[in-house]
Amino acid sequence: MKVDRRSFLGLGLGAVAGVVVSPVGLKLTDDSSIWTQNWPWTPVPIDGEISYDSSVCNLCPGNCGISVRKIAGRPVKIEGLDGYPVNDGGACLHGIAGLQYLYDPSRVRTPLRKNGDIFEAISWDEAISFTAGKLADIRKSNAPQKLACITDKTQGSVPGLFKRFLTAFGSPNLYAMPSLESNLELTAQTLHGSGNTLGFDLENSDFVLSFGAGLIEGWGSPVNCFKANASRKERHAVLYQVEPRLSNTAATADKWIPVKPGTEADLALGICAVMIKNNLFDAANFKAGFAKFAAMVQIEYSLDKVAQTCGINPGEIEKIASLFAKAKMPVAVPGKGRGDSGQNLKEFAAVHTLNCLVGNLNKTGGVFIMAQNDYLSFPEAVMDNVAETGAGQEKMAGSVNDLVEKVNAADKPVVDALFVYNANPCYSLSAPKRVRQAFKKIPFVVSFSSFLDETAMEADVILPINTFLERMEDVPSQAGLAKNIIGMIRPVIKPVFDTKDPGDALILLSTALEGTIAESFGWESYAECLESVTGNNWSSLSEEGHVVISEGAPEGVPEVDFTFLATNPSTVQAQGEFELTLIPIDNMHLTGAALTVSPFALKTVSDRVLTGTDIVVEINPATAKGLKDCGDAILTTPVGEARVKVNFNEGIMPGVIGMVRGLGHTFDNKFVSNKGVNVNDLIGPVIESGSGLDAAFGIKAKISKA
Amino acid sequence: MIQDKKAHKFGMVIDLDKCTGCGSCMVSCMSENNVPFKEDESRKKDSITWMRVYKLTNGKSFPDTQVVYMPRPCQHCSGKGGHGHSPCVSVCPATATDYGYDTGIVSQIYTRCFGCRYCMGACPYHARYFNWWDPKWPEGMENYLSPNVSPRMRGVVEKCSFCYHRYQLAREKAYGEGRDGIEESEYQTACTTACPAGAIVFGDLNDPSHMVHQIVKPDPHPDPMNKYVVDKSRNPKVFRLLERLGTNTKIYYLSEREWVRKAGDNYLDGEWDKVKNHHGSSSHE
Repeated sequence: MKVDRRSFLGLGLGAVAGVVVSPVGLKLTDDSSIWTQNWPWTPVPIDGEISYDSSVCNLCPGNCGISVRKIAGRPVKIEGLDGYPVNDGGACLHGIAGLQYLYDPSRVRTPLRKNGDIFEAISWDEAISFTAGKLADIRKSNAPQKLACITDKTQGSVPGLFKRFLTAFGSPNLYAMPSLESNLELTAQTLHGSGNTLGFDLENSDFVLSFGAGLIEGWGSPVNCFKANASRKERHAVLYQVEPRLSNTAATADKWIPVKPGTEADLALGICAVMIKNNLFDAANFKAGFAKFAAMVQIEYSLDKVAQTCGINPGEIEKIASLFAKAKMPVAVPGKGRGDSGQNLKEFAAVHTLNCLVGNLNKTGGVFIMAQNDYLSFPEAVMDNVAETGAGQEKMAGSVNDLVEKVNAADKPVVDALFVYNANPCYSLSAPKRVRQAFKKIPFVVSFSSFLDETAMEADVILPINTFLERMEDVPSQAGLAKNIIGMIRPVIKPVFDTKDPGDALILLSTALEGTIAESFGWESYAECLESVTGNNWSSLSEEGHVVISEGAPEGVPEVDFTFLATNPSTVQAQGEFELTLIPIDNMHLTGAALTVSPFALKTVSDRVLTGTDIVVEINPATAKGLKDCGDAILTTPVGEARVKVNFNEGIMPGVIGMVRGLGHTFDNKFVSNKGVNVNDLIGPVIESGSGLDAAFGIKAKISKA
Repeated sequence: MIQDKKAHKFGMVIDLDKCTGCGSCMVSCMSENNVPFKEDESRKKDSITWMRVYKLTNGKSFPDTQVVYMPRPCQHCSGKGGHGHSPCVSVCPATATDYGYDTGIVSQIYTRCFGCRYCMGACPYHARYFNWWDPKWPEGMENYLSPNVSPRMRGVVEKCSFCYHRYQLAREKAYGEGRDGIEESEYQTACTTACPAGAIVFGDLNDPSHMVHQIVKPDPHPDPMNKYVVDKSRNPKVFRLLERLGTNTKIYYLSEREWVRKAGDNYLDGEWDKVKNHHGSSSHE
């Protein structure tokens, strides 16, 4: 067919008309727009009825009341519980992010047994019988004391059950990780006798003299401290913060007093000297050693000497002393950062001595000397001969650190089996390499853990335990809270994985071991045990979720014993010869100790702390010779070396390098691990003689351009 | 202009002297609003944080340095003269973001957004975030997602909604109980309730019984120095960010410290001294 001009135009016009009139174009546009509105891979959360469960958070020693919003039975949000006596509605970021721990990719989903270098999943029955078999062998060798146990704390029924298990088994070797509570108990014991702890009535005090305590960085019961701090302005209360770095607490304080790292005790004793010299103290119930102490501080902690040591003005010390002594309700707070690791007894005792001198003991707004909790009544553990002999022996070490040293020093295994519960010593103790080495030397390690963290990785058997959202537990208040409250953790969801309450795991284990150990654990379940050991408190605990044991200032003026400080124990120095001092920084956005940070919380961390996988250290520009802001550097200490980035910060004392604590995890979790450096890897333990505490507040360091 | 006499104007005042920079508000917001997370969240430009806490310093050297933290949600601008022409709303070609004249809330409708990001360019406060990737939760973690806020998808912009779903729930509850309005305490954003320091106060700026109104004391008259600026605070300690742009944000900040208030805008040399004592027209009457 010949295509002439007419038919060409006709066909062309026809085609154009066809396209315009045809619905195909519209249809295709419509389809493509619908297609772009489809996201089948985006989850559609199931709707349902809203309900609220209340419980208690135990991610840190704060033990805040929480309210968990559930939709169709699914927990979707954690918030602070209104009216709860610790936190009254407030919550911290870690607690709010708590649901992320429930579904954490590094959760232990089933019992695991190490086979060579890898873990294989086993059933609970297998795990219990395997562990019981290993433990039975230890008992057969008549050395039950060679079973040791590391827990996060000593109070509450779960640590109580671990203690009971060890007693019935025949071992005295139960150790708790260093914590603010353990430091406060030691301080109270040193100055007021054993069985006591200290509570700081911050919410009523009108002059808080804090020696580096991170009152808004996770010290004590964090939300309680936040609230006390926030109400300061209305109460016309004043906060003086002593520390080498402008922490958030220092930034919010009325005055920041930068002192050289590790000289806090000197300043406290210097202030004591001024108070005594100017007769600004209240000598109520001073028992022993006061005269000697008073004479000692005048000589050893004279104004000029202290000013020189701390790097501050002598006039300033006198001014602080006079303000502190003349305040109506002053309180001095010890414990740098969170107050758990790298602390020394001298400093705690020196700071608390200020409280004793100013006469605020057992007064509103001061320090409460509170009896340690004893609300639990366990029946006597049943012990056979093996247990009697073993448990009657001396503890083999004074602390977890000491235990690690002893294990590493010995040729033959001194510990045959080790339990670890809710603690991550292979990450959180200083120089964790030596801890991992010790764990490798222990033939059998059982980890009671919810997460496959650094310590669980070193275990031979992992018994996976429920997170705080899936279990039941009593949690006594601690860590400097000026009230004695027992909180009750109640399950808000059935276990997501094949996990158990730690108490139930111990009951299963004891049943498998038979004999007197099984007799000591005669409960059907942990729930039954908890009901029986909490006695009269059970009904309030189970119905109201908490019991207030005591509130307000205790009666009487406790005795004060100055003997320890009167001998002027030596001050711990930072290890090494380098010119600068590296100090760890406790940052509220990150976690210390057993808990690893959640993805949400890590998201709030500044890019001036962590950038990509690089940790950023703080340094005063005056000290940063040859370095560039945001540049790379090599940080060297006597213990290790790390590649870091540098952040010029005018808020840190010249000569000091600050590195955040809580990064550099090495276990398998792409969201929170392998980011930055674990500051503990760069710091070696420095044991304070007498107290046995690892008192390494920092370490000497040098930094150079990478 | 559609303006109901009874219209709400939800807003917030944040006490920067109380804020500790703890990040509870950020996490509470993420958890409330199904905000996703990814492997590396240290690149802050692509890290989605509807609420972000900034650190400000006074720029002085040791030991006179001071630090303050400034939480920054979406500022819910009511635009020049308060007529609802927020910078982002004005540029959105898809009507995916809109100004609610009855609430003062700037909305974001994810399924309408096609990802042109004009709004992000227009926002002077960096309050808007783009989803460069589809959100992915580790296995099982989708179980904590809330049905009240739809999870977003790759290619759309998202931002703070003043927890609008909480407003809807409160209104539904009031309706069910046969009440006309809602109480101040019934509608509070997730960041407000989470703040352990009580630094954030949220409520209706139009309602004199609300705490936020009492603190801010919004000026009913336009600023005589700049007719585009309305609702300026008559509290000398209160300021807004980049106020003179006339964006008329509904997030007010409170601080006793002058250097902090000065940090709310960029001032030429000597300019601050001229404006620092100017707090709304009524205070000069």
